[in-house]
Amino acid sequence: MAAPIPSDSNHDIVRLENARKIYQMGTEEVRALAGVNIAFHKGSFWAIMGPSGSGKSTMMNVLGCLDRLTSGAYYLDGKDVSRLDDDSLSELRLSYLGFIFQSFNLIPQLTVQRNIELPLYYLGWDAARSAQRAKELAEMVGLGGRLNHRPTELSGGQMQRVAIARALTNDPQIIFADEPTGNLDSATGEQIMELLGNLNRQGKTIIMVTHEPDIAAHARSRLHMMDGLIDRIETETHETDQPYQEHLARR
Amino acid sequence: MRRTSLIRNIWLGVENLLLHKLRSFLTMLGVVFGVGSVVAMLSVGEGASAEALAQIRMLGSHNIILSSVKPVEDEQSSTVHSHMSIYGLTYADLERIASSFAAIRQVAPVKLMRKEVRLHDRAMELRVVGTTPEWFDLVPREVLAGRVILPSDQQKLAPVAVLTEFGARKILATRSTIGQNVRIGGDAFEVIGILRNETGSSASMQIPDQEVDVYIPIEVARRYYGDIIARRTAGSREREKVELHQIIVRVDHTDHVESTAVGIETMLNRFHTKTDYAMSVPLALLKQAEATKRTFNIVLGSIAGISLLVGGIGIMNIMLASVTERTREIGIRRAIGAKRRQIVVQFLIETVVLSTFGGLIGLGVGVLIPFLITYFSGMATVVKWSGILLPLSISMAIGILFGLYPAINAARVDPIVALRHE
Repeated sequence: MAAPIPSDSNHDIVRLENARKIYQMGTEEVRALAGVNIAFHKGSFWAIMGPSGSGKSTMMNVLGCLDRLTSGAYYLDGKDVSRLDDDSLSELRLSYLGFIFQSFNLIPQLTVQRNIELPLYYLGWDAARSAQRAKELAEMVGLGGRLNHRPTELSGGQMQRVAIARALTNDPQIIFADEPTGNLDSATGEQIMELLGNLNRQGKTIIMVTHEPDIAAHARSRLHMMDGLIDRIETETHETDQPYQEHLARR
Repeated sequence: MRRTSLIRNIWLGVENLLLHKLRSFLTMLGVVFGVGSVVAMLSVGEGASAEALAQIRMLGSHNIILSSVKPVEDEQSSTVHSHMSIYGLTYADLERIASSFAAIRQVAPVKLMRKEVRLHDRAMELRVVGTTPEWFDLVPREVLAGRVILPSDQQKLAPVAVLTEFGARKILATRSTIGQNVRIGGDAFEVIGILRNETGSSASMQIPDQEVDVYIPIEVARRYYGDIIARRTAGSREREKVELHQIIVRVDHTDHVESTAVGIETMLNRFHTKTDYAMSVPLALLKQAEATKRTFNIVLGSIAGISLLVGGIGIMNIMLASVTERTREIGIRRAIGAKRRQIVVQFLIETVVLSTFGGLIGLGVGVLIPFLITYFSGMATVVKWSGILLPLSISMAIGILFGLYPAINAARVDPIVALRHE
């Protein structure tokens, strides 16, 4: 029934096969993902687009190991993770993934440094190494002088920089960005997108959800969703990707 | 598996609690009062029972005390003029008791009467106790000066008297009085010693000696004063014949106290048709006091336990509210990769830190209260190690017990929902 996956699937950092996610809303079934086939290469920069209710957030949650599929398979770096338990998914998030959110999601009572260090706390790093790492990352995002500030003392752009630094703390394979500029003015948004673009150029895979075409334009590939299915794919860089994605989408 | 160290976890908890100092303090108060009241109540209870036990020990746990009691029938018929009531323990009883039981070590007979004791021109009515040298073994009191009655005094029918500290002071007798004569009801007795008083006798428990005692050999008492006592009460003249007022029996081992007491009772009942004597067994009182103490502790403990429970519920309540308030934080931590278990541990440690710290403060309060009670009211209090460690470990247990539910609630939060939580 299923056609064989092309050989370059080895380079796929994430791959969904016939992915379905069905929610029970009262008596009604909501098909957030209605059988999606897609693969993203290592080092790619994707924008997932679509109107609200199109399934883009669900897709993001599934790819980010925050949610599990109802049926189908999800391969993360070649490993099927769709049947893993909660602890194993936590472990994956901790080791391989980084998250950036629209509302920054910093812990308000912790300082910038402690926020950036947070993943290292769960990774079991000692305090001295963690502090050193947090300092490096804060400097990288241009907030070296704000380590002891609390998030409430920062501007939106600064908070998002802290969030990016935190997402990088564990040196993740993939960075997930959920409307990263949604709460920022356009100039600040541009700066944040530049930062993400730089990270991508340094080799990080970035998967971003957005509904703003201007922001999506920063990504190298765009995935449009509609009613839980892939509607359209645009890729700029990897031209060889096109037939492969179409092959996947047809299945 | 990666582990975050316990110390870092505890420190994280302390930091979080310090962010809301007033709230943390108020949450803690419940446990502070709970533990404080447990420690205070236990020490007051312990002190009260220690006092009671000390009094009973003064009676001697090996002793059985028999006392003559005027029977009820005689009391009623005493309206008849110049009726003489004869009742109580007899010399024959003494012989029988002393010779019938192998377990009995010593027996001291006691004759009591009230007489005026005069030294020079100071006079005082004292309780004259006619007894044998065994008394001083059975009711051991410190000899302040001179000596007690010896078997030789007994044989020689020597008119000698031993005063108590209190009695001596009343008639202005001092050390130098020893060797001099006092007059007891008109008869001359040589003062041979002065004993220390045991204070703190209570009405409920009759300690054999009183502070107004003067001790003389029983044979002397019998010769001089006889067995018949005349009393004038409310116009009627009353005479009663009592051979012995008390018999104090010492048994060789506490295990034999009860069986000997039963044996004596059975034997006496064969010769006494009326209930004209009473038996008191300090050991039985001791056991009873210990049982009372246990009940007392249980009652006090439960009351204090309830306040601890209320404190625990207070903590749980605040922690549940805190979990709701910090839903987003939990979501962030989970998204970053914290496992459910780590969220449980985080919240649990916060509760345990709160309750343990509250417990420590409560301990301070609980130790201070008995100290103040003793200082201001003079009531005895005893702070025992068990009375400290028990509430402290209970306060920790309360932290775990009442922290578990909020912590599990926290870990149940779905990270996706939590991240959207406003």
